[in-house]
Amino acid sequence: MSGFLGVLQRELRLNLSGGGEVLTLVLFFIIVGAIVPFAIGPDQVLLASIAPGIIWIAAFLAMLLGLDRLFRPDRDDGTLALYRLADMSMAGVVAAKVIAHWLTTALPLIIASPFLAMILAMDGPTFARTALSLLLGTPALAAFGAFGAAVTVAIRRGGLLAPILIAPLCVPVLIFGVGAIAPLGGPDQASSAMLFLAALSLMALALSPFAAALAIDWGEE
Amino acid sequence: MTQGQVQHRINLKTQALACGRGDAVLVADLSLEVAAGSALLLRGPNGAGKSTLLLTLAGLLRPISGTLVFEGADPEAGPFIHHCGHKNAVRPRLTVLETLRFWADLNGSGPLPPAAALERVGLARTARVDAGYLSAGQQRRLVLARLLVSPRPVWLLDEPSAALDAAGRELMAALLVDHLESGGLAVIATHDDIALPGAATLTLGAEA
Amino acid sequence: MNLNGIDDTPKMSWWSRLAHPGQFLSWTRPLIWPLAALTLVLMLVGLWFAFFNSPADYQMGDTVRIMYVHVPTAWLSQFVYAAMSVSALGTLVWRHPLADVSMKAAAPLGAAFTAMALFTGSMWGRPTWGTFWEWDGRMTSTLILLFIYLGIIALWRAFDDQLRAARVVAVFTLVGAVNVPIIKFSVDWWSTLHQPASVFRADGPTMPGSLLTPLFVMFFAFTLLFVTLQLLAMHTEIRRRRLITLERRAAQGDAL
Repeated sequence: MSGFLGVLQRELRLNLSGGGEVLTLVLFFIIVGAIVPFAIGPDQVLLASIAPGIIWIAAFLAMLLGLDRLFRPDRDDGTLALYRLADMSMAGVVAAKVIAHWLTTALPLIIASPFLAMILAMDGPTFARTALSLLLGTPALAAFGAFGAAVTVAIRRGGLLAPILIAPLCVPVLIFGVGAIAPLGGPDQASSAMLFLAALSLMALALSPFAAALAIDWGEE
Repeated sequence: MTQGQVQHRINLKTQALACGRGDAVLVADLSLEVAAGSALLLRGPNGAGKSTLLLTLAGLLRPISGTLVFEGADPEAGPFIHHCGHKNAVRPRLTVLETLRFWADLNGSGPLPPAAALERVGLARTARVDAGYLSAGQQRRLVLARLLVSPRPVWLLDEPSAALDAAGRELMAALLVDHLESGGLAVIATHDDIALPGAATLTLGAEA
Repeated sequence: MNLNGIDDTPKMSWWSRLAHPGQFLSWTRPLIWPLAALTLVLMLVGLWFAFFNSPADYQMGDTVRIMYVHVPTAWLSQFVYAAMSVSALGTLVWRHPLADVSMKAAAPLGAAFTAMALFTGSMWGRPTWGTFWEWDGRMTSTLILLFIYLGIIALWRAFDDQLRAARVVAVFTLVGAVNVPIIKFSVDWWSTLHQPASVFRADGPTMPGSLLTPLFVMFFAFTLLFVTLQLLAMHTEIRRRRLITLERRAAQGDAL
């Protein structure tokens, strides 16, 4: 347990202490969201109807962008070898990293999302649902992302490959994430989407540390 | 003496061990025996497979063939090997003490607290400094402190004396002597002369 | 790892483990020509049925004949993934080099069949739906499956060391296999919300025998085509690996 907390603490320290990428990712999230109206025009009604999708896409891209720093710096400086001989399982290390990754990328995005909601003409109730769906869905993105980063960590230039590999796997997260906000099938469908989203996140969180640990161990030896 | 406790006794035995990277064999048909309380110095030219052998002994690489046994090791008791590669695993933005505490958390801490270990390796004054500011030799000393905070009976060191000054080498030799006296085992790949009485030497790549 | 003194797997050097693939080569080589001939015959019979001996649909006319290519390739797009997953299990559980080879050979074939299914699907869609691409549940999940295949191929190509690649790709393939049903379910959920149910279902139970016979023949023809191509690709891959091994040994001056 002390190892788990140690990894968590170290990740948080590294990401949050001076010059971390947290603010950069938040800025990226905001800019992606803010650039859409320039592409499709400032029509408030149209913007409001696609705002949930825009916010989800922006969050998705921002989380993919932060993937490469998950395991690669550790591999480059030798910490990954240390993890493999540590007094804790690799799955535990990955789980701690997923939690830290979520805390330092997804949570800041959710905190910044009211700004995007405002400029994209979202109304209050819709925004509340958006925040909830992001809270429930981003853990799955973090877990899938960690798996993608683990699969590509042994590759010298694997930076671009991880997003390509895991984007198809994240399709259900996007579908249920947006489906939970913009209920085309009525409120019943929206709440079932919310439940599916939570189920996906739980499943991804439970399984991805093991799959990622397997990929790291076997990619390294 | 800071490291008073007696180590769990473990002997290392290999038989017809072949190891290498991918499918390129670097070290073939190696049978060696290192008993608890003794050390083995690996020597040989660059590319002879010293680092690969150490990685294989550490279990970080899979042996291509042959067997590798640590007699007396209790698999339930957790990992018993320290491996120090070329990379120091030191990351800027963490202080020296934080780095060492993290290692102690990760590897399981022993009787020696991190601050005392830093003192032992002569880094006490830099405890609050960003680890990225340490010189190469100081980083190496920090790695030595990692060996002290989590007692493990098997030390596999890959050129531990690289970048160390004369005092640093003396320190390392003293730490190794303590480790061996307490019943530990060490395999050290090095190009330098390390003052270890009674250490066996294996020269790799001599016959090729 | 073998740190506890328990030797759990027979450890042989990489090229001596190729002895098994060598046996595989020798017992499968005589199978290839008969399989290829059988595939060709079935394909010709199937095509003859499809073009000349099956009725045109009263609604869709002759375009219904696309079905005889579309349905088998769509089936193969999933079947090949299943074959790949079984091979991935072989790699992970038994560490069998032949499983690596089979996994690697299947990926481009799966991608090709999936692309064919998508292509014929959109050719069919043009006269039926009036558009080449409809965000229909099946088409969409097939597209995502294609992305997964392409990602796996990219992953194979990104590694230098093929042994290491095999294990990592195997983990990814199995995670993909767990995800494919979820993706399919979510896409179905999504497409039924966004549009009325599918315009046309090829597997309706009311299909007359005159359509079923050529469909079954084509079905077997395509499956056999996959088996033949898979065997050929595995042979090529085994030979390629042998060549690399030989080259490397030559480069080492046969020191070992």
